[in-house]
Amino acid sequence: MKPAAFGYDRPADWPAALALLAAGARPAAGGQSLGPMLNLRLAQPESLADLRHLPGYAGVAVADGIVRIGAGTTHATIEDGAVPGRLGAILAGVARRIAYRPVRNRGTMGGSLAHADPAADWVSVLPAFAGPLGGHAVALGPAGERRIPLDGFMLGLFETALAPGELLRAVELPVLPEATRWGHWKFCRKTGEFSKATACLLAVPGAAPRAVLAALDAPPLVLPDATALLADPEGESERLVAGLDLADPWRAAIARTALRRAAAGAAA
Amino acid sequence: MPADGALPPGETGGGLGVGAPLRRKEDARFLRGRGRYVGDIARPGMLEVAFLRSPVAHARLRGLEKPAGAEDSVFTLDDLGALGAIRAVSALPGFRVSEQPVLASGKLRHVGEAIAACVAESRAAAEDLAAACALDYEALPAVVDMLAARRPDAPLLHEHWPDNAFLETRRDEDLADLDAIAAAKVTRRLRTARQSMAPMEGRGVLAEWDPRLEQLVVTTSAQMPHVTKSGLAECLGLDEGQIRVIAPDVGGGFGYKGILLPEEVVCARLAMLLDRPVRWLEDRLEQLTANANCREHHYVVTAWADREGRLLGAEVDATVDAGAYSSYPFSACLEAAQIGSIFPGPYTLPRFRFRTVSACTNKPPILPFRGVARTGVCFALETTLDALARRLGLDGAAIRQANLVPPEAMPYRNLVGKVFDSGDYPEALRRAVAHFDLGAIRARQAAGEPVGFGLAVFCEQGAHGTSVYHGWGIPFVPGYEQALARLSPDGVLELRVGVHSHGQGLETTLSQVAYEVLGVNPARVRVVHGDTALTPYSTGTWGSRAMVMAGGAVAEACRQLGERVRAIGAALLQAPGESVTLSGGAVRHGEAAVTIDEVARTWYRRPQNLPRDVNTGGLEVTAGYRPDPDTGTHSYAAHACVVRVDTETGATGIEDYVIVEDGGKLVNPMIVDGQVIGGLAQGIGTALYEEMPYDAEGQPLAGTLADYLLPGAPEVPDVRLDHMETLSPWTTFGQKGIGESGAIGPPAAIVNAINDALAPLGAEVLDLPASPRRVLAAIAAARRSERAPPGEAR
Repeated sequence: MKPAAFGYDRPADWPAALALLAAGARPAAGGQSLGPMLNLRLAQPESLADLRHLPGYAGVAVADGIVRIGAGTTHATIEDGAVPGRLGAILAGVARRIAYRPVRNRGTMGGSLAHADPAADWVSVLPAFAGPLGGHAVALGPAGERRIPLDGFMLGLFETALAPGELLRAVELPVLPEATRWGHWKFCRKTGEFSKATACLLAVPGAAPRAVLAALDAPPLVLPDATALLADPEGESERLVAGLDLADPWRAAIARTALRRAAAGAAA
Repeated sequence: MPADGALPPGETGGGLGVGAPLRRKEDARFLRGRGRYVGDIARPGMLEVAFLRSPVAHARLRGLEKPAGAEDSVFTLDDLGALGAIRAVSALPGFRVSEQPVLASGKLRHVGEAIAACVAESRAAAEDLAAACALDYEALPAVVDMLAARRPDAPLLHEHWPDNAFLETRRDEDLADLDAIAAAKVTRRLRTARQSMAPMEGRGVLAEWDPRLEQLVVTTSAQMPHVTKSGLAECLGLDEGQIRVIAPDVGGGFGYKGILLPEEVVCARLAMLLDRPVRWLEDRLEQLTANANCREHHYVVTAWADREGRLLGAEVDATVDAGAYSSYPFSACLEAAQIGSIFPGPYTLPRFRFRTVSACTNKPPILPFRGVARTGVCFALETTLDALARRLGLDGAAIRQANLVPPEAMPYRNLVGKVFDSGDYPEALRRAVAHFDLGAIRARQAAGEPVGFGLAVFCEQGAHGTSVYHGWGIPFVPGYEQALARLSPDGVLELRVGVHSHGQGLETTLSQVAYEVLGVNPARVRVVHGDTALTPYSTGTWGSRAMVMAGGAVAEACRQLGERVRAIGAALLQAPGESVTLSGGAVRHGEAAVTIDEVARTWYRRPQNLPRDVNTGGLEVTAGYRPDPDTGTHSYAAHACVVRVDTETGATGIEDYVIVEDGGKLVNPMIVDGQVIGGLAQGIGTALYEEMPYDAEGQPLAGTLADYLLPGAPEVPDVRLDHMETLSPWTTFGQKGIGESGAIGPPAAIVNAINDALAPLGAEVLDLPASPRRVLAAIAAARRSERAPPGEAR
């Protein structure tokens, strides 16, 4: 379990990073998924572009009701409260349950999103902040920045809306009122295990509640209006999961449970 | 807390000898990350090895195309000269011999079987070579399920065998009358998962040829270095004196490090062929999928009892999936062939019939893992007992109390000839139950809460010797255990033992034994182990034997050394030999005393001060020890726990766990606690998490620790430990082997608790691990059978 030989570059600025990508380099952030994939030789890139030293790659900024989280911000930074307010509390609660602290110390929000493992945590919850709430990913390509709604970012297993040659630069999320209600539940057999079903429900005053059901070996299922789930968690979870036509009755059972418990968390 | 072989603060009584909770001397290096493992050791000019391994479970190997230009760096069996296959033959009647070639040739019999060794300056480059090899093989249907292995149409792994079984054993007794007289009869079909032992350090070996000594030096992660040396000598065709095996720090043994691996033989020969040091470090993928297999059992158990729950008889039909080969030295039948003799457990079973099969399948060979066979047997017996209890309307404690061997029957010989040395089994159970408020648990259940209480009682034979193993006839039979004790000129005591310490704390506990006998402060005792050139031959550390056997040998060597010290001391004190005593580290005659240090200094450096005839043997003694009888000690324990089952997801949480344990005289109670807690963690793994699934083609499906789940710290509860201390009448200090105990009880206790929680739903878990998927499936099956019309019940 040693990687095949690969080249390594550490671009000093964003244009250099884009140039390396154009030349075929694979971007590397915290390395918490890529590292094992290299060791298992599931990934055998010609070379890596290590993004971690790019200016502004990590860090949180708030302006005009928008929280901009640099793609290279680690889960631990978010867990430790770098994002202010109600949104920060919600994100910290998600971050705290990602794998183990040593993984959180190195793993990044952007790296995890761009890797697009269906069981990963940001992939599973950030679509809740999209739609009318406006949450989006900021991609940087040769033509400049473009914004991708977070509920359209993950297209398939390990597949995102990023175009070839594009980098994920930041995630922008709305500042949330204190009265925002939030429920989040995921099933792991042990601490640190990949989730086998994740659900969350976000209810911002004045907006339709949004919910996500994820970690079912597929891109997340986004419910732009989860009013019915809040009102009848039992019936709605049955109906929604039946619609997924899951072959495995156990995964279906925990998917229903995830929806019910996320709804209960938001109702509490 | 410092690791210095001293007493913890506040500990005063008991001195520094047997029974004292000394802090472990070895922790000074372990806690600081200064342990030295094979992976920490390198040599100039060293080459690294990666093995090309079989991608399929069963195939005829037609050929291997080596990468162009690198032909001299890839070695198949034909390239290695004459090398014996690994043969672990049992003398049990009917045992079929398998030859495990050190590199596959002709046939591939499991995924991960080594085919070629690729040698390069780095492991990464060696893996490049392995990836560039092209294999030519004809795939054959694989034997994946142990129950299907003996069907007439099953393909044969070893084609000269009549079917795929290493061995079948049986005990016949007609139980046909029991149906008529029993108040209850239950039959259960149970399965335990195939597991992979997962020590933090995998296997690893560094082999080099020493031309001066004409000796092969093999530094390897081994718990039985002398047995490894014997096995290497057989395969390589060398004298045993031409091989020196060094086992440095070893990051967890658990049985896995007792096995002679083909990789060790190959690296040894490569070092000789290439005249360069050669190292192989097992990676996690190899450990999980190619090597460390253990535990997979299937049982059909029937038990009959009277109205009070007294067992009238039992019948067990057990199959163990032994994999493709018989591994050295414990053989392919180490699990199955023991099931018959240990199934009666701690109970007075009056009648018994069994059949066991060691099935041969296209999986890696089954290896001994802490608890060897007992974990599965305890699970099968204890869950069946609970099923009987439910049928009779008794609680779990009552049915066990009706059958446990009573203390007044000790020593007790059971119906299959096992001899239990001592103990109060019913008291252990009573104390375990008394740690709980059962009424509160029953009240929660009555309120509909899915909580359950579970019990398991078992005894563990350890340190069993010649009289037990000679009949088994595997490549080694333990005899007298030897230890060397010698005083250095400065009075430091050196102990040399052939057992190996890899977590047991023997560097501390053997020092305590020496202190008990000679009075030398443990801080001034050095324990030398893990080097066949420096230590007496020993079968090593396995079978919960080191504290009984090496402890006994060290005590005997120290006693004989003490006689010599007394004689020299008497001469220095100018007193008659019989009038002096040895105590507190000094030889005494009335008020006069001479310290052991002074005795040593005089013997080595001022012999002119001694009479010519004082002692010709010097201050160095090798002594042997074997208990009489040597049928083994029986430690025992009662495990009890409360679990809560999430009936929506099937997840089980352990709320509380109690272990009442009797290991006889505890040489170091703190170390025993550590052993029990570590065993519990592994037992929880067996109960709830660990599973190596195989697909229909024989492909292992858990290649990383993200797929092969091990319990972590959050999954292991704060166990409550309670010790009893019933001495063994047969050992030096009354100590008993206890190293495996913690890993035996948890699957039974936890599944019994789960089934107690599920009882209102009519559901019962029968297979390990009791994963959320299995628990939910059991609930669903109970609901289906509830809805099924009468006559179609399960």
